[in-house]
Amino acid sequence: MTDSTSNAPENRSGIEIRDLYKIFGPNADRYVDAVKNGMSKDELNDKHNHVLGLQNINLELPPGQISVIMGLSGSGKSTLIRHINGLIMPTAGEILYNGRDVMQMTTDELREFRRHETAMVFQKFALLPHRTVLENTRYGLDIQGIDAAKSNPIARKWIDRVGLSGYEDYYPNQLSGGMQQRVGLARALANDADILLMDEAFSALDPLIRMDMQKVLLDLQAELKKTIVFITHDLDEALRLGDTIAILRDGAVEQVGTGQEIVLHPANDYIAEFVREVNRGRVIRAATVATPLPEGDVALPKLRLKGTTTLELAARKLADKDVRNATVLDKNGRPMGVIDMHTMLTAMVTPAEVDEGDDDLDEEDAA
Amino acid sequence: MAASCWGLPELLCEFPALPNKTLRLMRMGIDNGFRDIVRHYSDQIDAATRPLQWFLNTLENAFTNTPWFVVLAVILGVVWLASRSIKIVIGSAIGMCLIGVFGLWEDTMTTLAMVAVATLIAIALGLPIGILAARSDRFQSVLSPVLDVMQTMPSFVYLIPVVVIFGIGKVPGVIAVVIYAVPPMIRLTNLGIRLVDKEVIEAADAFGASSRQKLWGVQLPLSLPTIMAGVNQTIMMALAMVVVASMVGVGGLGKNVLQAINNQFFTIGFLNGFALVAIAIIFDRASQAFGKRLQKHSEVGHD
Ligand SMILES: Nc1ncnc2c1ncn2[C@@H]1O[C@H](COP(=O)(O)OP(=O)(O)O)[C@@H](O)[C@H]1O
Ligand SMILES: [Mg+2]
Repeated sequence: MTDSTSNAPENRSGIEIRDLYKIFGPNADRYVDAVKNGMSKDELNDKHNHVLGLQNINLELPPGQISVIMGLSGSGKSTLIRHINGLIMPTAGEILYNGRDVMQMTTDELREFRRHETAMVFQKFALLPHRTVLENTRYGLDIQGIDAAKSNPIARKWIDRVGLSGYEDYYPNQLSGGMQQRVGLARALANDADILLMDEAFSALDPLIRMDMQKVLLDLQAELKKTIVFITHDLDEALRLGDTIAILRDGAVEQVGTGQEIVLHPANDYIAEFVREVNRGRVIRAATVATPLPEGDVALPKLRLKGTTTLELAARKLADKDVRNATVLDKNGRPMGVIDMHTMLTAMVTPAEVDEGDDDLDEEDAA
Repeated sequence: MAASCWGLPELLCEFPALPNKTLRLMRMGIDNGFRDIVRHYSDQIDAATRPLQWFLNTLENAFTNTPWFVVLAVILGVVWLASRSIKIVIGSAIGMCLIGVFGLWEDTMTTLAMVAVATLIAIALGLPIGILAARSDRFQSVLSPVLDVMQTMPSFVYLIPVVVIFGIGKVPGVIAVVIYAVPPMIRLTNLGIRLVDKEVIEAADAFGASSRQKLWGVQLPLSLPTIMAGVNQTIMMALAMVVVASMVGVGGLGKNVLQAINNQFFTIGFLNGFALVAIAIIFDRASQAFGKRLQKHSEVGHD
């Protein structure tokens, strides 16, 4: 067991998914080549009665980041996340973590991998109804064979971290949905695993509770820097949580990128449709729409904004100060451009016309 | 005879059975072969059933030789522990006292010992078989028809092979009762485990539980209410079969009923019958209340 949380993300392995295919059905192997050569999901289903779960998935899920996988119901999200801890085995392809292919692990290796390297949070919580909150939280540790004297303090610590102190002796059925999912989160965190798999973990919760839980997760992640794979069908949730977002459709990846990249440059009509209703002001950053610094020795606007400020926030600041424009700083704090009310409003209401050159999103740190 | 057959030829009128002689030879062949095998292995069969005999005698002695008020106190204590319901305890006390007043205490103890042994054996056999059936679809598909036959076969028929193999007495009686009473235990164990929430099982898998950890930590605890329903049914069937098993020499209430039938002792028949009903109700209420209590954690609603 490695104490992975103390490692800097740079030194850790991400998860790499290579050429992954999953076909459900008794003779899956027989149809892989046909699918690789372009047989569609419908054709496979109608003619051969097999279900195409995933096709040609290539993804890098970087260490210490939240990678969101998004798609509509039935797009293969759950199937994909279950490949990472081997709950589902691929028909073809590799899932690499720390140089090891999950698919090649023996049963024992896979069990150890699940015990120490991964933890999972489920959409319907999947708590053990006959165990109390405390016993649920230490479940992973029980499975590892750690005795209660050692695991109870750990469990209590995480119960406290997710805000459930005082509920240790309650049974799951005595708790509301939001509280149950806090237990689910505490149970996963108590494992001290590097990889945290969350399959629509917040989808069953009411909107307000859901926002709460998103905040809980972001706060914890700021400190723990786990490698999180977060599944959702909700674009707002994806944009809020995801360092990167992969969009899945019919078992294939349609686009991978940061939230901003996807909103500003949807790869195709399907995604454009998807992102149309998004509140752009909360996604697009000032640096993205800033115009280059004027030539020569012109005075720059007095108000200075970080490049990572969202347009919504920038607009509010401009309004507060009652000014028309502001200087945008790069990540080193040097002026890199100018932004004015008009540009911002244009970007917030219509698809923004941005030069690729201004698009230095890669350098920004997660705000 | 043929005349009543609309004048049809013999072959279409009466079902063409094997000739009587062939059938007789066949029957004799099977019966004799069976008997020879049993004779040949009689020592082994005796040895195999000795622990059972011992178990049965010990328990029966314990029940019949202990002073009645101690037995009554123990029974009521167990009922209380299982049900935690004062109503059920009082009901049981009244039932047991009536049994004693009508002079059936000793026979009832014999029957209780018998049912207790048969139920314990049925659980010890049924639980592992049920678990195996829950783990393997193939085993389940083989087992199901066997259980169907076991449950549909008239209970008297069980007595025949049992008597041929084990002779007359208490032990063959218990074996017959176990065979009759074990199917619900197997079925409901299998069902209970299969009905455990798939998501919870998946969670156990995701945290790296081995199949043993899953069985003891998740599947059995969560299927316990269903398994308890199986225990309950097994007890009820054992009680019913104890009467039938008195035909092969099992004592107790069943024997009295059998004698009452043979001699047309109306009152004795009914008194013994009611005594059986009283025990059945006590067992049933206590084990059901226990099963309900096991589900308590799933009953509490959240706010
Ligand atoms: N065990 C299975 N057998 C057959 N088809 C399956 C199985 N699991 C999932 N599928 C199919 O794979 C597709 C993706 O399912 P899933 O990963 O659950 O989607 P999502 O989580 O995005 O809603 C669906 O069409 C679903 O019907
Ligand atoms: Mg899903």
